[in-house]
Amino acid sequence: MNSTTSNNPTSANSTTFPPAPHVLRTASRVTPWRVVHPDEPLGNEVPDGVDSETAESAKGPVRASDSSRDLIIATGLTKAYRRHKTAVPVLTGVDFAAERGKITAIIGQSGSGKSTLLHLLGTLDRPDSGEIIFDGGRIDSLPTRQQDRFRNRQLGMIFQFYHLLPELTLLENVLTPAMISYGAFQYWRNGREIRERAKHLIELVGLSHRMKHRPRELSGGEMQRTAIARALVTNPSLLLADEPTGNLDHETGASILRLLRQLNEEHGLTIVMVTHDESIAGQCDALVRLKGGKVERLETQFWDAIPSSI
Amino acid sequence: MYKFLLCIRYLRTRWIALASIVSVTLGVATLIVVNSVMEGFATEMQERMHGILSDIVLETRSTMGIAQPGWYEERIRARLGDSVSGVTTVVTLPAMLTFQHNGNSHTSQINLIGIDQKTYASVSDFSKYLLHPENKERLDFILKQSGYDPTRKHLQPSGWEYRQPLARYRKSSVDRLLEEAKTEEKRYQELQEKIQEEKESDGNDTAINSLMAGPGIKISGSTEPIKVFDAETEQRTGIVLGIGLGSLRRRDSEGRVDDYFFLRPGDDVQVTFPNAGTPPRGIDESFTVVDFYESKMSEYDSTFAFVPIEKLQHSRGMIDPRTGVGSVTSIQIKLKPGIDLNAARDALRDEFPPTHEFVEVRTWKDTQGPLLAAVQLETTILNILLFMIIAVAGFGILATFFMIVVEKTRDIGVLKSLGATGSGIATIFLGYGVLLGTVGAGIGLVCGLIFVWKINDIAKVIEWITRREVFDPTVYYFESIPTIIHPFMLVWVFIGAVLIAVLASVLPSIRAARMHPVEALRYE
Repeated sequence: MNSTTSNNPTSANSTTFPPAPHVLRTASRVTPWRVVHPDEPLGNEVPDGVDSETAESAKGPVRASDSSRDLIIATGLTKAYRRHKTAVPVLTGVDFAAERGKITAIIGQSGSGKSTLLHLLGTLDRPDSGEIIFDGGRIDSLPTRQQDRFRNRQLGMIFQFYHLLPELTLLENVLTPAMISYGAFQYWRNGREIRERAKHLIELVGLSHRMKHRPRELSGGEMQRTAIARALVTNPSLLLADEPTGNLDHETGASILRLLRQLNEEHGLTIVMVTHDESIAGQCDALVRLKGGKVERLETQFWDAIPSSI
Repeated sequence: MYKFLLCIRYLRTRWIALASIVSVTLGVATLIVVNSVMEGFATEMQERMHGILSDIVLETRSTMGIAQPGWYEERIRARLGDSVSGVTTVVTLPAMLTFQHNGNSHTSQINLIGIDQKTYASVSDFSKYLLHPENKERLDFILKQSGYDPTRKHLQPSGWEYRQPLARYRKSSVDRLLEEAKTEEKRYQELQEKIQEEKESDGNDTAINSLMAGPGIKISGSTEPIKVFDAETEQRTGIVLGIGLGSLRRRDSEGRVDDYFFLRPGDDVQVTFPNAGTPPRGIDESFTVVDFYESKMSEYDSTFAFVPIEKLQHSRGMIDPRTGVGSVTSIQIKLKPGIDLNAARDALRDEFPPTHEFVEVRTWKDTQGPLLAAVQLETTILNILLFMIIAVAGFGILATFFMIVVEKTRDIGVLKSLGATGSGIATIFLGYGVLLGTVGAGIGLVCGLIFVWKINDIAKVIEWITRREVFDPTVYYFESIPTIIHPFMLVWVFIGAVLIAVLASVLPSIRAARMHPVEALRYE
């Protein structure tokens, strides 16, 4: 890919031939996120040997992030939305890291940019500057196709409004990411296996009796449980949750949180959760508070004291 | 995989989109019906034209005609070789038909065609349009006893069954007149004798004598019986008339279409035609109608009259007294199936250049060229118009699809967040377009085929509702609407309609594919 430089090493510094941006990028310390072959097992991959440079450079202001300890690391993220030629800054230099096997909460007021941060972490949007490293590989600058693949294989996402597809049954909704992952032929070949996994997940979230129902026949809590099962069907290593309890009553919200905690404890799932509820944030392993596009990190203090309250 | 699932689910849950392709369905159905009916009409018409016109005609306009038809025939066979399946000689003339009906003379203008009974059947399937079943097999210009198309009640009786009573009636009227005349003559003689006696007693009276000289006709007498044409047992030379020359198509009191025959097989007619002299003089001959010719091409049915060629050649003086060979005005050639008409025509044109021999070489398609071209043009324009209707339907689909894409914005965002690619999203909507197009065009195809299959019943229902005939048989001469379905046409229409539906879904698909996932997720 950098044939220009290898063929003619001196040209990199020449005035007439500035190196292309992608050449610069590969020359930097980050190894791109590895594309997974469909036949390989999904998720939970052992990261390749992490570049020592990467770990060193990815230092946050609160604590040093570490690629072996943190699953996803963001450094110096800025993002502004354009409204009629005037840029509205949302994030102004955010550093973030989520530890493997922990639940990290992002908390902040409305408009503090917490959803935007989550979208950037989930590669739904690209930052104006800064970089995001997932499992030792940079993801924010990947080509769109590879980002699509990354979302499909490595990420699960749940939303405040559940976002199930109304035309599909509960089971089909849960199967959607797997269907996206596989081509028609592969899906047909591995159908039984995938189906078994989906049914197992639906059982796990306690909706086995609702398998054939359409989303509009489900309650809010059931829809969110379905969304969780859907997020997990491709066996991702990171779950991004955008106010998962924001639309639910206290009781149901608490049960969703219990489910997330259970998944976290039993399967070692790393979760990043956006919320504006201090009490929910307080139950998480780590807490990141966003304010005015900047971040301040707070370690949660009382999690060990009241584990049964969730 | 999710693409197919979503396509099918959208199809099942978004009926509004199906409504938008009703126009595709209608367009496809109409196209199929129109094409089938047009094709049916055109084929029927061509078949009839071809039936009478043979494949290639060599024609001269000279009154004397082609003097050595045998020599021409040899050259034609030599030039075209094996591809010739039949050759016949024909004399065609403009002529005038005269006949008596209800005591009045009627005339019409006709094309008199002298045909060679032995060979004419080899170039044209003319006989199958005749009414009498035996004539359909083989035409011999001999009046049949009866059996002329029993389905036409106004044609009965005809043949000898009709001619004999008519002749007897006419003869008896003549006999009665003769009887009256004889009585009158007898009375006259008695009167004369009486005057003679009186004259002898009174002396000479020249005035009365001259007055009573009488008409001077001598009806009875000792003259030998002259050979008189007996209409009861004899017929004149046979003539086959186009059915429009001898009948009127009309509606009876109950509204049924019926042919009223003022001439029927067994009637005698007079035909006046030019002889072969310079300048030509009109000569007239009597013929006996032996059958009618019904091709259902009104142009032919109302002008053509067929007689034996020898009769025409003899009456016109076209027979060379030295050789006894009759000249003809045209030579008709039938080619074997699959032979290129135009190539054969060009070969013959080359063989008989207009600079040397004044003969015109034409194929039957050249003869009816303008009519065939008009039908072709009509079909083409109808096809273009109907495809425009489907294209209009395409814009309807476009609008509906845009609405659906907007409605599904959040779902598109969700799918993208789950890792669906832009092209995958586009495939959903393109596939949806293909499905909708296929379903719409498929339904249209089935509806069109059913319509064509039941078209005559449907025409009857429409007639019953509107109390008006859809295809007036007094105009069209068709008992039922002819239809022909070409499988190729069906495929073509189907693919065209699906293609338009797919093209209409391209823009909405691109829009869906380009949607930004964050904005799509936030869409309310």
